[in-house]
Amino acid sequence: MNARKLVLRFVAVGYLAAILVAPLVFVFYRTFAHDSSSVWSALRDPDTIHAFKVTLIAVAIAVPLNTIFGVVCALAIVRRRFPGKGIVNAFVDLPLALSPVVVGFSLYLLYGRLGWFGHWLLAHGIQILFALPAIVLATIFVSVPFVAREVIPTLREIGDEQEQASYTLGASSWQTFWRVTLPSIRWAVIYGVVLTTARCLGEYGAVAIVSGSIQGKTETATLRVQEEYENLNFAGAYGISLMLALIAIFVLVLMTTLRPKEATA
Amino acid sequence: MLIVALPIAALVWQSKHDGWSRFWTDITSQEAVAALKLTLAVSALAALANAVLGTITAWVLVRDDFRGKSLVNAVIDLPFALPTIVAGLVLLTFYGPNSPVGIHAAFTRYALFLALLFVTLPFVVRTVQPVLIELDRDMEEAARSLGAGEFAVFRRIVLPNILPGILSGVTMAFARAVGEIGAVVLITGNIPYKTEVASVYIFNQIESNNPTGAAAVAVLLLTISFLVLLGVGGIRRLATRHERA
Repeated sequence: MNARKLVLRFVAVGYLAAILVAPLVFVFYRTFAHDSSSVWSALRDPDTIHAFKVTLIAVAIAVPLNTIFGVVCALAIVRRRFPGKGIVNAFVDLPLALSPVVVGFSLYLLYGRLGWFGHWLLAHGIQILFALPAIVLATIFVSVPFVAREVIPTLREIGDEQEQASYTLGASSWQTFWRVTLPSIRWAVIYGVVLTTARCLGEYGAVAIVSGSIQGKTETATLRVQEEYENLNFAGAYGISLMLALIAIFVLVLMTTLRPKEATA
Repeated sequence: MLIVALPIAALVWQSKHDGWSRFWTDITSQEAVAALKLTLAVSALAALANAVLGTITAWVLVRDDFRGKSLVNAVIDLPFALPTIVAGLVLLTFYGPNSPVGIHAAFTRYALFLALLFVTLPFVVRTVQPVLIELDRDMEEAARSLGAGEFAVFRRIVLPNILPGILSGVTMAFARAVGEIGAVVLITGNIPYKTEVASVYIFNQIESNNPTGAAAVAVLLLTISFLVLLGVGGIRRLATRHERA
């Protein structure tokens, strides 16, 4: 019994170490042991700073929008009955199962020169594709599910008795939401926001197609990693990667502290 | 809702734009078929590998106790938190030409497998873990007191209970692997017929101005995504019906 336990423990921990931990630790070690000064100068490159700005703008727009959408959507799916509910439910989950490349390509077809809106947009001089709006749209698309997915089970679990009580006592639906519903789902919302932020920061496939990757203009941080790597500017590629990895580790810490109690052993 | 539905409609429309025969020629082009076969095969392998290793990991996290267990538990979510392109670069550094452990897998199908293992790692662990926590230990004790061996207890008592979790985790992992691009783009070298996956194929078709060819493969991936969601929904319904009965 004990030997079996040890073998399983060894397999699980060894697997995680080989696939997740060792590679990441090695990259940190290598970068700081060998060329930390060139990494710092690479991070001060104006195009790199601009790439981080583009990423942050996309995050700053996508996260609040998807938070509001996620909460509204979860409330509609759990508390209301309406025709087409199953379809709405499926579409909220779709970005989880769909390739980001397909997402980017769909936006490309919709807003491109030959797309459905292409002609109208061209006639009115509005640039969406290969500009900031497309990056934001792609980021919103891929991060749609996270808040809703976290809030839906929590709403189901708490039930609607408190909300009904609040209505009987004369509260409006707006007051009930702010005073009763929101306080009981707030940790689920915050956890969803953390997941959404991580997904938005790391988005690559969809943005790679719709942004055009124009240096200093529409390049995001993740696209910049690839660009620097392909131009053999390894200090830059590793520098940006480490910045993003540090953010990821921060996100992990947040996730661990916020995860609902029943999900941890 | 429109942000999701409208672009999908545009994609489906584009793929049918030049008729069914054109769609068929595009989807059966040699390079597309090679990319699709590779994607589906390696994704299935990675999902299955993580079904086994993920179940073991979940079991260790719930039933075992050792120092640093909460750290191990936190590390599981790393693939969700780390940008995929960074994951690809990190794996390339460790398992590439300058590997500190002497494993040079870059630009091969092994590299693709590694990258897909990385991105799909959390799914099974996170679907099996909560079920194992809820699982009533009395059943296992009863089986043991009736003379069942450890393997019989696992196969007859534990496995049937966690199977829906494993299945839905594997299905989501498979979908994730089929669509992955960020983690594979640097480490596989994207060599057509050898390491080029479906999503990279779509990307290259767009770059070389063949949107209809890209759309055909994209619609196929979209169909797989829908099937996966239907499958997961079905598994979830089966599992809860079992609970109610």
